[in-house]
Amino acid sequence: MSSQFILQLIIGGIIGIGAGYIGAFMIIRRMALVGDALSHVALPGLAVALLFNINPFLGAFLALFIAIVGIWALERKTNLPSETLVGIFFTTALALGILITPQAELLEALFGDIGNVVLTDLYITLPIVILVIIALFLISKPLVLGTISKDLTRSMKVPVNAINFLFLLMVAAIVALGIKVTGTLLMGALVIIPAAAARNVALNFSRYSFLSAFLGGIAAMGGIIIAHQYGFAPGPLVVLSGGVLFLVSLLFKQ
Amino acid sequence: MESVAPILKVDNLSVRLDDQKILHEVSFNLNQGDTVAIVGPNGAGKSVLFRALLNLIPYTGTITWAKDIKINYIPQRFTIDRDFPLTVKEFFHFKTKNHHDIFSALRSVGITDEHHISHHLLNQRLGWLSVGQIQRILIAWAIIDQPDVILFDEPTAGIDVGGEETIYHLIKKLKDEKDLTILIISHDLNVVYKHATSVLCLNKDLICYGAPADALDPAALKELYGEATFFTHHHQHK
Repeated sequence: MSSQFILQLIIGGIIGIGAGYIGAFMIIRRMALVGDALSHVALPGLAVALLFNINPFLGAFLALFIAIVGIWALERKTNLPSETLVGIFFTTALALGILITPQAELLEALFGDIGNVVLTDLYITLPIVILVIIALFLISKPLVLGTISKDLTRSMKVPVNAINFLFLLMVAAIVALGIKVTGTLLMGALVIIPAAAARNVALNFSRYSFLSAFLGGIAAMGGIIIAHQYGFAPGPLVVLSGGVLFLVSLLFKQ
Repeated sequence: MESVAPILKVDNLSVRLDDQKILHEVSFNLNQGDTVAIVGPNGAGKSVLFRALLNLIPYTGTITWAKDIKINYIPQRFTIDRDFPLTVKEFFHFKTKNHHDIFSALRSVGITDEHHISHHLLNQRLGWLSVGQIQRILIAWAIIDQPDVILFDEPTAGIDVGGEETIYHLIKKLKDEKDLTILIISHDLNVVYKHATSVLCLNKDLICYGAPADALDPAALKELYGEATFFTHHHQHK
């Protein structure tokens, strides 16, 4: 095993764990579709970063951040349901991204490029994922309660809006990181599938969120290993591994 | 009554949402230990009144709670999917991990079988419980941290009549045990006559406020529910 492959595995695994953990919260907040479409917004950011030679993670994160703030604000200003906004806004962004991404980089941007990771990626990925996991753990109570009843949570003097915003920020960070693994088209799967599988199996929330993170890591590493063995692109195989885990979880459905 | 400072003073409370008048110059006082039933037709602003009292929405006028008062709220809308991965135990842990407190709160809402609690109920998903069971859990959850006031929005929504009756008995029992001040939104005027110390009728404006037998006179009922009301209440229960 080359050290490059081990680095891929480590970074992929860390991102998988982070995506799985935040996905656990996104699923119960019914953000599965948002998460999926949101990842598409990263493409124009990625393209601009490539054009100006800045860190692609930063470009993707900024694009996601703008999209999230935009949706957050538009939802409050207009009466359009967020699904409609997401459908319009995010697919338009994808179209724009495809147009301005340099042809040579397009495939990587769409489907991931974990094969090209360097040590710097680890230094970016590890602290962000650790921070997100800790922050999520700390705000898990208002996040879960807010899902069940927003009024109840606000009546307990919890700053629900600020917490929602922080949550979206973390979603943007994790999705931007995940683009390395699965690309902008498939990143949604890495946050949705592990959580969906974990929900089939786990009764309580602590097991559910732990299992979701665990399955995210397994799917990412499993996909990378299989891709390495048989010479396929890792991104799609990561998602396929997740799909298989989900099918298995159906057998244990509670 | 004049000697006691009210636990809540509401003066000229008005709420407008999207340019619609929802509440209009509502004023009333509440004393410690009162059980106030809030009645009125759909869209009368009952839930909005609660949300204003909890400072969740913008309003004009003044709402003054007594100092250092703890208010808990049981919302009308509490939707939880069957496959929402949260157990009853985890739901209580949001408030306290103290098992003694959890058991004692559950006892207060009539769930007394300790074996059943620790081996079944606490490890159940919240979404698997019946509406009536969830209602009891919510009440237990609301009393577990010793509030002074509970705002209770339509506790009978979705519960059959038998279950409804017990929920109200429960509330009365809790009130007697813990000296709670309770505001409760109710659809059932019979229940109001039986359990409330006062009734507050609302139809955007405050229509009546006082002891149920006095306040709910024919004129008030007409103003609340319109001409066609043929409501009969049962004083014999009192």
